[in-house]
Amino acid sequence: MREEFEVAIVGAGPAGISAALALAEKGIKVIVFERGEFPGAKNVSGGVLYGHDLAESVPDFIRRECPVERNIVESRVWYLSLDGGFNVSFRDRAFEEGLSFNAFTVGRARFDRWFAGIAEEKGALVVCGTTVTDLLRDGGGRVTGVRTDRSDGDVTARVVLIADGVNSALAAKTGFRAEPEPNDVALAVKEIIELPEEVINERFNVEAGHGVTIEILGEITQGMDGVAVIYTNKNSLSLCIGANLFDLMSNTVRPYEMLEEFKAHPMVAPLIKSGRPREYMAHWLAEGGYDTIPHIYGDGYLIAGESGMLFNALHREGSNMAMASGRLAALTIAGALARGDTGSESLAGYAAALQASYVMKDLKKYRRFNRFLLNHKELFSTLPRLGASAAREMLTVDGISKKEKQTSIRRRIQGAIPLARLARLLWAGARSIG
Amino acid sequence: MNFVCCIKQVPDTAEVKIDPETNTLMRSGVESISNPYDLVALETALILRDKYGGWVTALSMGPPQAEQVLKEAISLGADAAVLLSDRAFAGADTLATSYTLYKAIRNLDLDRPVDIVLCGKQAIDGDTAQVGPGIATRLGFTQFTSVVEIRELNTYDRHITVKRRVEGGFEIVRGPLPTVITVDLGLARPRRASLPGLILSLRAVIDRWDADAVGAEVPKIGLKGSPTWVRRIFSPPLKEGGPVFDGRKDPVPAVERFLDTIVADEELISELFKNPGV
Repeated sequence: MREEFEVAIVGAGPAGISAALALAEKGIKVIVFERGEFPGAKNVSGGVLYGHDLAESVPDFIRRECPVERNIVESRVWYLSLDGGFNVSFRDRAFEEGLSFNAFTVGRARFDRWFAGIAEEKGALVVCGTTVTDLLRDGGGRVTGVRTDRSDGDVTARVVLIADGVNSALAAKTGFRAEPEPNDVALAVKEIIELPEEVINERFNVEAGHGVTIEILGEITQGMDGVAVIYTNKNSLSLCIGANLFDLMSNTVRPYEMLEEFKAHPMVAPLIKSGRPREYMAHWLAEGGYDTIPHIYGDGYLIAGESGMLFNALHREGSNMAMASGRLAALTIAGALARGDTGSESLAGYAAALQASYVMKDLKKYRRFNRFLLNHKELFSTLPRLGASAAREMLTVDGISKKEKQTSIRRRIQGAIPLARLARLLWAGARSIG
Repeated sequence: MNFVCCIKQVPDTAEVKIDPETNTLMRSGVESISNPYDLVALETALILRDKYGGWVTALSMGPPQAEQVLKEAISLGADAAVLLSDRAFAGADTLATSYTLYKAIRNLDLDRPVDIVLCGKQAIDGDTAQVGPGIATRLGFTQFTSVVEIRELNTYDRHITVKRRVEGGFEIVRGPLPTVITVDLGLARPRRASLPGLILSLRAVIDRWDADAVGAEVPKIGLKGSPTWVRRIFSPPLKEGGPVFDGRKDPVPAVERFLDTIVADEELISELFKNPGV
């Protein structure tokens, strides 16, 4: 007794749900499988979403009570040494008014539930607590449905959309995507720290409902290629720090130790003071970029979101790329179903649509970025140290002339890193994001 | 055989904490689940139905979101489900709750005579174990509480033999149908829903009865029908640890101190002799 669906989707995250929503809106019979007890139960995102991509799926998301934590009005970038660091930040009235909800924080457990609820309203069937263990295929290798871990658990579908995230169990089982190399993923740990709403408003200098994101590079990742973030939620902060998995392995650093040192950093500690840790989680991030993207379609299936390694490591954009790719997949699927052909060629439009969208354009633009960081470890050791000592020296008033200070700083930099190497680093850095 | 299974939606008490300042339950953010005892009752009903044939109706009283526990019952194999939901039911204690459930079961009984009503022994939030017996008394059915095993169900002579937990042991008793059974956790192990069952439950529209549909008399339901008042909730004070006799270095003085202590404590001595097993 096997029920037939037009589309089966694996994973009720942003990619799977945005696809389900778009398909259900067109009256297509779609089923979504989620292994968590509810959508978002397994989610460990840092928590920033972007209004543009969400509005493509749910134009009136604010009216529909999207569970927004804080609207981001200020972005900070920190470059830290062990004892201090630099802070560049930008705030604009536009983010409070015209561009409101350009970016905002959400608790993903709540947001994903809400988002899935809207897809259900449109007619999508969202089945939770159910793991897809395998793809069904016909004799020719064409994907014809999914097998789940429940009894009588097979479902046939004309198209299967794989959107089960970076740590895809299905990938390992079916081989549609190679297991990522340690170099191509980051292992991040995240802690949610509870603080009263007014305390957060004061510490981050924002009005109620407004928030700040901080993205952090430097010595905090102990010489490893990595990044940390701090996001403001309504009455909590998300602290997240991660490093390239290969680096973590070769340095035998434990991520939670990195997190503890991060929390004790002089620029971080005052922000989280007297806060109460509420949750702690760990997760992979697909950082390999453009060159690690697998073949994202085939006979009877498509891949969207982080299952397809669609993640912009530099801008920490994953969920919006997931939503965009999910929506484009839905458009392709709808067209293929209308043509009555869900074979590989009929689904090829998905790859073309992704290439033409900002998703692949951005990923291509930054395709060398991951390598750049991996190959220039001084970004996480020597450089922040030198920068901090130079700034400290210039700002210390001790009777030594500024000219003498500059000379001594220049000598110290040259002693620590040859100028040619520094120039090459700047050049490679510019190229990797150019 | 026609089975009715009563299911309560409860907060996942593994997560409920008591606010130490206000002494009230902190329910916010806590997931709701089906009372685990009730799921055992449902599993028992499903097993009996599959063996003897018949019909299982899941019944719950609660706010609209309690529909969730009935959907779960459908996913596991219940044939029908009814939610008793009305503002007038709110604030009910065990007396008003068992009255309301009794009225609903009577309605079902008119439609198709009910043979066995199954309830969890108790709910994990209130722990009163009063609703099952309350229903049985009002229906005038035989009642068996804390049932751990169903030994025999004779559908011709219409009697049932069960093993039930009593203080200090078990007893095996037989009685006539119709009956109300409240079940202990060991009676059955709830199954996991099949995929078609789960899909069916997601699509199911659950019947909802208000006070009128139940045919309940207003003074007997909800807060009005509830003589029980919770005056205060408090956590019991933490018990202090007992004396410790550390004999790791030198056992002799430790044993001496131990003997001195228990000999001095007459109450403890008499307690020890009463329960030689302790």
